[in-house]
Amino acid sequence: MPEAAFDMAAPAPPMTADAPALLSARGLCFDAGGKRLVDGIDIDIRPGRRTVVMGANGAGKSLLLRLLHGLIRPTAGEVLWQGRPLDRDGRLGQAMVFQRPVLLRRSVLANLRFALAVRGLPGPERRAREAEAMERSRLGDLANRPARVLSGGEQQRLAVVRALACRPRVLFLDEPTASLDPGSTHAIERLVADAHESGVAIVLVTHDTGQARRLGDDLVFLHGGRVVEAGHAANLLDAPRSEAARAWLQGRLYLESPSPEA
Amino acid sequence: MDGFWQVLGEAAGLILAWDSDLIEIVGLSLRVTLTAVAISCVIGLPLGAAVGAFRFPGRTAAIVVLNSLMGLPPVVVGLMAYLMLSAAGPLGPLQLLYTPAAMIIAQTILVTPLIAALSRQVVEDCYREYAEQFDSLGVGPLDRAAALLWDARYSLLTVALAGFGRAVAEVGAVIIVGGNINHVTRVMTTTIALETSKGNLELALALGVVLLALAVAVNGAVMALRASAVRMAYA
Amino acid sequence: MFRPIVLALAAAGFIAAGPLAATDKFIVVQSTTSTQNSGLYDHILPLFRQKTGIEVRVVAVGTGQAIRNAANGDGDVLLVHSKRAEEEFVAAGHGIARFDLMYNDFVIVGPAADPAGVAGSDDAVAALTGIARAKAPFASRGDDSGTHKAELALWAEAGVDVAAASGGWYRETGSGMGATLNIGAGMGAYVLTDRATWTSFGNKNGHRILVEGDPGLFNQYGIVPVNPEKHPNVRAGPGRQFVDWMLSREGQAAIASYRVDGQQLFFPNAGN
Repeated sequence: MPEAAFDMAAPAPPMTADAPALLSARGLCFDAGGKRLVDGIDIDIRPGRRTVVMGANGAGKSLLLRLLHGLIRPTAGEVLWQGRPLDRDGRLGQAMVFQRPVLLRRSVLANLRFALAVRGLPGPERRAREAEAMERSRLGDLANRPARVLSGGEQQRLAVVRALACRPRVLFLDEPTASLDPGSTHAIERLVADAHESGVAIVLVTHDTGQARRLGDDLVFLHGGRVVEAGHAANLLDAPRSEAARAWLQGRLYLESPSPEA
Repeated sequence: MDGFWQVLGEAAGLILAWDSDLIEIVGLSLRVTLTAVAISCVIGLPLGAAVGAFRFPGRTAAIVVLNSLMGLPPVVVGLMAYLMLSAAGPLGPLQLLYTPAAMIIAQTILVTPLIAALSRQVVEDCYREYAEQFDSLGVGPLDRAAALLWDARYSLLTVALAGFGRAVAEVGAVIIVGGNINHVTRVMTTTIALETSKGNLELALALGVVLLALAVAVNGAVMALRASAVRMAYA
Repeated sequence: MFRPIVLALAAAGFIAAGPLAATDKFIVVQSTTSTQNSGLYDHILPLFRQKTGIEVRVVAVGTGQAIRNAANGDGDVLLVHSKRAEEEFVAAGHGIARFDLMYNDFVIVGPAADPAGVAGSDDAVAALTGIARAKAPFASRGDDSGTHKAELALWAEAGVDVAAASGGWYRETGSGMGATLNIGAGMGAYVLTDRATWTSFGNKNGHRILVEGDPGLFNQYGIVPVNPEKHPNVRAGPGRQFVDWMLSREGQAAIASYRVDGQQLFFPNAGN
């Protein structure tokens, strides 16, 4: 896949890999149906950094995102937001875009308004953010259209600007472009890149190595609910050290389960 | 009885004659039932949304109770309402027995559990889709319930229709608390019961056809509304 | 998008906002069904209203239920046909006094085939004995109404234990007179009914009067003003006005003048 026409490799100057973690997980485990699906993950999300999470289906990527966002409770381990256990207030500093956009049965504008209104934003501020989001998403002509009749790409654009209108410090994206055409994918990536430039930390789950290169500073590779490899995105993609990552990147099936002692 | 077609003809004749007594009876039926359904929605929809969208201790028991109350026999509701409203009952001083207000109260008791139970189901289905997004956005409980009710509004119209159907068709409750008093509390169903007891079976059946036509008209109107909503992807 | 719903709700509210009580000058009469089903009230109540301006709201149920409703204070006047029950009602303090109002008679109707061979009899007890012996189907109100009580008294006189036959040839409908006649007509059963309901009944289905004229089939209607000392919310004044009018020469004449198919259904006998 060719590189996108615009260059997103430029790091965000004020934030560095050495800044204190915005969000960190320690010993994160999640069990369901008697199976350990997330198994002892440690991860740090630093302000303004872009972290890509990759791995085969069932590796625990989506679960990890939901754990970090506080949508599900870990069986063991903890998630710290700015050094304190993540709670509802902490979650208001985060936002998430799902693979299939969840839009209310309302107009485009009303979807934005709802997300802002539940945060109790005063009218003028809310309207300003609505206008900004409409402008950024280039959905202005569709403001009064029912959100659910938009195309898939338009719906996801709305979901992304709705998330960003909440001014999160971390934006989670769970395979946001998995079912989109290249044009729509490009528009989503552009929005994500803009958000990053304004200082938002990004945590992105993707299957697309091209997207991982375009949008990733750091890359975490999961297999069997564990982090098998983590590092600088481009380096990891060019020279994976773990067998699981190597197999996956080469398009091979990797069936060996990670060490079974847990 | 000379057959089905004669009854249909008589029903058509009743409607076409636009008899003032019939209009009065149809009007009272609509007034009582629409009011009862409106009140039931005001009570039952938030209740259904609360049970549908919130997890709390005893929730399963609440669902069982609501679902069971859907099957409450109208006569039992009528008796309960009668005992409340009777001069000897706790609400006797209000002097509501044998008035349309009493019929509205009885039908409200009858229909509210139905509205609550069905809207619980509708809201729960909708919530399954929205729950994570709501968690992510940090939507509070009240906003959640309100948003679910609003977003499920066209499905909830069907729920209201079910309530309308149950209320407009029942005779057991309204005949006890209304008394089937001519020009005061006589509605379609009590008229049908009266004409049946007079042995005027064709007239009773013709009135039944009129009642059916009324139900068809109301349902058709609401479904047309809903169909437009489906086109807009709101339903 | 949502405007139609709002409009519909507004319309519903508009409909609902109509007056819930038509007039304030009215009384509630707890009544037996025969007087309503036969059309008597439609004939006489407009005359009373024309004279006094009082609207009479009739709740027509079986005698037993009418008495219970009135005993709860849910009526201003009681008009039923079971003298003993009416006297008990007064004795318990629920009514001021009981007055004879009018009478008609009961008849036994049945299928033209008449399997028990009772047609033409003027001896009700003998006819019932014959029905029991033939085990011919008999439909009873079974609802504690005045007619039901009269029927049970006749069975007792005939020495027939209908409780034992219940479910066999003796069928208790547990319903009003009209419903019981519908059932009787449907299953070809004998039915004891008051003449007024039968005469104006629309679904005779080949049934006819088989037994009549027995003094034991006499059916007396009484009228009782409900006692305001026992039930303070009773509209005693207009209630009393109605009772007085019904017992007056004018009211009695109105009752006598009601006819169905040229036949007089109720015979006034106030003051006897």
